[in-house]
Amino acid sequence: MEESSSNVLSSEKSGKMKRTKKRNKGEGDDEEEQVFNFNKPADKGDDDEDLSDSEDSVYSGLEDSGSDSEEREEGSHDDDDDEDDDDEDDADGEQSQQTEDKKKGSEGEDEKKADEYEHDSSDEEDIRNTVGNIPMEWYKDFPHIGYDLDGKKIYKPIRNKDELDDFLDKMENPDYWRTVHDKQTESDIVLSDEQVELVKRLQRGQFGDVSFNEYQPSVEFFSNEVMLHPVTNRPADKRSFIPSLTEKEKVSKLVHAIKMGWIKPRRVEDDSRGRYYDLWATEDSSILAQHKMHLPAPKIPLPGHQESYNPPPEYLFTDEERALWEQQDPSDRKLPFVPKKFSSLRQVPAFPRFIHERFERCLDLYLCPRQRKMRVNVNPEDLIPKLPKPKDLQPFPTTQSLVYRGHSGLVRSISVSPSGQWLASGSDDGSVRFWEVCSSRCVKTVQVGGAVKSIAWNPNPSVCLLAVALDSVVLIVSPSLADKQVISASERLLAGQQEEEPSEGAGPVWSETEGEELSQGIRLKIQHPKAVHQVAWHAKGDYLASVMPDHSSNLQVFIHQLSRRRSQNPFRKNKGLVQCVSFHPVRPYFFVATQRSVRIYNLVKQEMTKKLQANSKWISSMAVHPGGDHVICGSYDCRLSWFDLDLSTKPYKMLRHHKKAVRGVAYHRSYPLFASASDDGSVIVCHGTVYNDLLQNPLIVPVKVLRGHVITHDLGVLDVTFHPTQPWIFSSGADATIRLFT
Amino acid sequence: MGGLQKKKFERGAATNYITRNRARKKLMLSLPDFRRLCILKGIYPHEPKHKKKVNKGSTAPRTFYLMKDIRFLLHEPIVGKFREYKIFVRKLKKAYGKTEWSTVERLRENKPTYKLDHIIKERYPSFIDALRDIDDALCMCFLFSTFARTGKCHVQTIQLCRRLTVEWMNYVIASRSLRKVFISIKGIYYQAEVMGQLITWLVPYQFSHDHPTDVDYRVMATFTEFYTTLLGFVNFRLYHSLNLLYPPKVCRAPKLIPGLQSILLFLIEQKLSALSASLARVVSSAEEEEAELDQFPEDMEKMEAREKEQKQQEAQRKMFQGLKFFLNREVPRESLAFVIRCFGGEVSWDKSICIGSTYDVTDETITHHIVDRPNIDKQYINRYYIQPQWVYDCVNAKILLPVEDYFIGVTLPPHLSPFVEEKEGDYVPPEKLKIMALQRGENPGVNEEEEEDEEEEEDDNADEEEDDEEEEEEEAEEKNLKEMEDQRSQGKSLQVKVTPGKVKVENPARLEQEEKAEEKRLAIMMMKKKEKYLYDKIMFGKKRKVREANKLAAKRKAHDDAEKAKKKKARK
Repeated sequence: MEESSSNVLSSEKSGKMKRTKKRNKGEGDDEEEQVFNFNKPADKGDDDEDLSDSEDSVYSGLEDSGSDSEEREEGSHDDDDDEDDDDEDDADGEQSQQTEDKKKGSEGEDEKKADEYEHDSSDEEDIRNTVGNIPMEWYKDFPHIGYDLDGKKIYKPIRNKDELDDFLDKMENPDYWRTVHDKQTESDIVLSDEQVELVKRLQRGQFGDVSFNEYQPSVEFFSNEVMLHPVTNRPADKRSFIPSLTEKEKVSKLVHAIKMGWIKPRRVEDDSRGRYYDLWATEDSSILAQHKMHLPAPKIPLPGHQESYNPPPEYLFTDEERALWEQQDPSDRKLPFVPKKFSSLRQVPAFPRFIHERFERCLDLYLCPRQRKMRVNVNPEDLIPKLPKPKDLQPFPTTQSLVYRGHSGLVRSISVSPSGQWLASGSDDGSVRFWEVCSSRCVKTVQVGGAVKSIAWNPNPSVCLLAVALDSVVLIVSPSLADKQVISASERLLAGQQEEEPSEGAGPVWSETEGEELSQGIRLKIQHPKAVHQVAWHAKGDYLASVMPDHSSNLQVFIHQLSRRRSQNPFRKNKGLVQCVSFHPVRPYFFVATQRSVRIYNLVKQEMTKKLQANSKWISSMAVHPGGDHVICGSYDCRLSWFDLDLSTKPYKMLRHHKKAVRGVAYHRSYPLFASASDDGSVIVCHGTVYNDLLQNPLIVPVKVLRGHVITHDLGVLDVTFHPTQPWIFSSGADATIRLFT
Repeated sequence: MGGLQKKKFERGAATNYITRNRARKKLMLSLPDFRRLCILKGIYPHEPKHKKKVNKGSTAPRTFYLMKDIRFLLHEPIVGKFREYKIFVRKLKKAYGKTEWSTVERLRENKPTYKLDHIIKERYPSFIDALRDIDDALCMCFLFSTFARTGKCHVQTIQLCRRLTVEWMNYVIASRSLRKVFISIKGIYYQAEVMGQLITWLVPYQFSHDHPTDVDYRVMATFTEFYTTLLGFVNFRLYHSLNLLYPPKVCRAPKLIPGLQSILLFLIEQKLSALSASLARVVSSAEEEEAELDQFPEDMEKMEAREKEQKQQEAQRKMFQGLKFFLNREVPRESLAFVIRCFGGEVSWDKSICIGSTYDVTDETITHHIVDRPNIDKQYINRYYIQPQWVYDCVNAKILLPVEDYFIGVTLPPHLSPFVEEKEGDYVPPEKLKIMALQRGENPGVNEEEEEDEEEEEDDNADEEEDDEEEEEEEAEEKNLKEMEDQRSQGKSLQVKVTPGKVKVENPARLEQEEKAEEKRLAIMMMKKKEKYLYDKIMFGKKRKVREANKLAAKRKAHDDAEKAKKKKARK
């Protein structure tokens, strides 16, 4: 009896649970006849759910309608619920004693009866809960829950438990853990062992029934075996007999793609890549021809000692070198790395720029423009021109033999008498000194009272006269350093022209000297309007030219005639700042050197015949070859230009021998020599042979560099002149000396 | 009058050159593809003579290619491959975007590939051409073979590079063609003479690389792609020229067991890279026949010189023959094994370092044990314990150097570059002089050497002193003269005093020399401007060289003096 009741109870319990979980269980209750109806229905229900689709599809044609069956199901469901309720009542009755009699009767009839009740859903004996599934809060404040058939209240079991009772119960009652409170009837139910077991199984997700086999062999309804009879009688569709359109479309697309080459058949695996063979088995010369223009890349330069991991100590950087290396731009560095020394091989670290360097090499290989550069492999000795040996070109001055001392200022100008015996020099100390050449003895000193700019001995050997330029005066001095005949001749020249023409307003004024000056030998004074810089004699000794450089006037050059004491200005126009002038030694030509060019005037025809371009910035001095066909010009930009008048107006040769401004140039009267004096304190003597044959160019060979003058105030040698007969040269310098080189 | 007006820049230089951008457009390639093409085909820009003419009057900096080169590229089949690849990438991207995996797979299977064989044949029509250009290829492959497999380039490339370099080294060993080795701070330089060509390559030290960010690895990879192909073909040809099997096989290779083939192949590769075994030959010839030079009757001197040289080379090749080396674990195994084997030595190492060791440390016949640590615990009596530099120095000196300078813990002598060939007037470090003396067969003691040096120095000094003396004499004379002059000019009262004059000893040789010098100076004055410039430049270069040599010598002297002083102090 206990057992059955417990069974029923369990069923009731499970039924409740089912209700909470699924509403549609117990569908197949009609067919099943089991005590544990709660099990099977669930299973069946599941099955039904699973199969519902297929069943529908299979039986759709045969079944009347889906809705009917559902209704039936609903109905059965309801029945089930009712039945459950029966059970519940049954259980309840046991405790509440309300329907005691019925219960007893039913118990007596045992299981058979239970079966009957189960089938008979209409018979509901003990309904404990008559209110149905409503929220129980509604009855919270009442002592009863619902009403029985007679309309009497069904009272709740008397409960006066408070929290303390509950706690005590929890502590004392060993069955407390299996006691469940039923809200619908407000009663406590103690679960039996089986029920607890059942709950545990369900919690584990197992079947409630211990004996149920989940893995029963199933009957295959659809199998690979062809059955004798079809499952359905439905005739096959038409589409199963005709080819599929969609498939056709897909295939045709593929075919089209293959035809168009969009899809390629799978490539045959080509393993020839990475397989090597004798590539140069047949060397083809035809390809060689294509590579004429090809320049192979230069190889990387090989490393030197300094790249060694253990270089000799001299290759290591000192601190300064290292600092310099670090300061320098990477492109300026001589070495791209700092040499380092390691005492053993195991200490050598990896080179941090290794990949960089390789990458740079790669860039060089494909980005650098290549150019074939012819390397000049010249022996520097071959570059030096082959010149005749100076020894063969002797005589020329080689050594300093005499020094003429006496002046206290710088000696601006020197001149040698035509006989070669006397040397006159004019200095900034305001004196003109006459020296005997051979003994270096000063024979005479004339105080002129001003810095002497220029001095010139009359080239006519039959007279002994000297022109001296200082300030704006040109003095004619008769030094009386010759035999009587010559002196008297010069006197005659000076005295013979008493008649004086009235000079023009701006012209120079001639005057005779008296007294002190006369006793010193100064005979004539030509007063110029401006400062005179240079005087030059004509070869005959009668004409004298004086230069007054001035930018803004045409009164720059005067030509004086001594015999008639007459002066004239040959130029009507200012053609530039005149630097120096010179007469042609044999023909009536007059050379005027301005800053950049030399003009040659024909004095007879009164016209300019030639203009020589000196190619230099500022001409300082000029000399005319005794033959008259060659001119040399020294300039302040260190150059000396040699003009061949027959050849061209451009210099035949530019000589850049000096380091500083050229101050004076001179030709030797008889030997093929010329010299240039410069501020660098040197006099350079060159051999310059001029040939009579017009086709042969002059031969110019520097033969000697003469040094001796001391540079004072940045001035070196100021004037240079040759001895008229000997291969000697005089030079005057800023150190107040005159030197003779022989 | 005549014809159409000539337009500018339509003939002449302007049509011979093409700018990079125009070339790129003409070839219809993207810049990276153009770059790759240029690298593979070896096309480089050219610098036009008159840039303005070519640049249509503009002076903007542009790179110019020869029109001929670009036209030559137009017919290159590889250009088509580049385009194909571009399309492939585009399709693949599209398929990825649409998540069409089957298409992706199909495309992948059909990935376009290209071969560079024809380009190599075209760029290097003859084998010698290829050999001449193999320096860069070797350097690059050796560099790539040391890369870690971390995605800077394909793993296959690294493996291929490693394989090719190992093959190359094996060839050099088999042909005994190594000539010079140099340990620099960058890596180790090797120079081999293969078929008459001097080939130099640089191997980095075995460290992981700190990959720089400012390097374009794509460019490097393209170069490597080309170089690996080139090196493969060159290796093939070289191996066949020696009757060796290619791909190389080790002599006593273990027999192949079917299942283990791949492992064995790997093992063989490992063994090859150990550089300890000799290679298998196609024809197992017992002895190579050295081609004897025929005797030519003319110029016997030359012949003799050549013979002598050959003998020397032969001796060098067999320098380490009969010596047995053992490498301690801290020395660079590969480099030393390579060098030693190249010169006929036997070499082995600890089993745990690398496979292929042939004998053990305990072997009694070992003659040299190479150690690179300050001291070693267990030493065997019958072998030299030397530092690795000895091997390299021996190779460069072409003789076996005395081992005393290279013992453990000894301060090593400087390691000199074998690539420097001193000319007249260059600075020669004293160590080199010592080695040269050893080569000549002299055996100068250290002291003698020093004495010699000192003597030389003294001689030099003496010369200088002589010069100085003479100059001084002259100067003194000048001074006297000047004084006299001064006295004469200033003090009117001349101190008339006759001193007995010295007879001036004229040195005719010296006079002549001076005369010549002056002559030269005068001649230089007469030089033309252009020649003068050139002459000055040459002379400047010469002077600079002298200055540098002097500087080095002075530095060395200062260093030696400092060392001596230190020694003296230590003695005291």
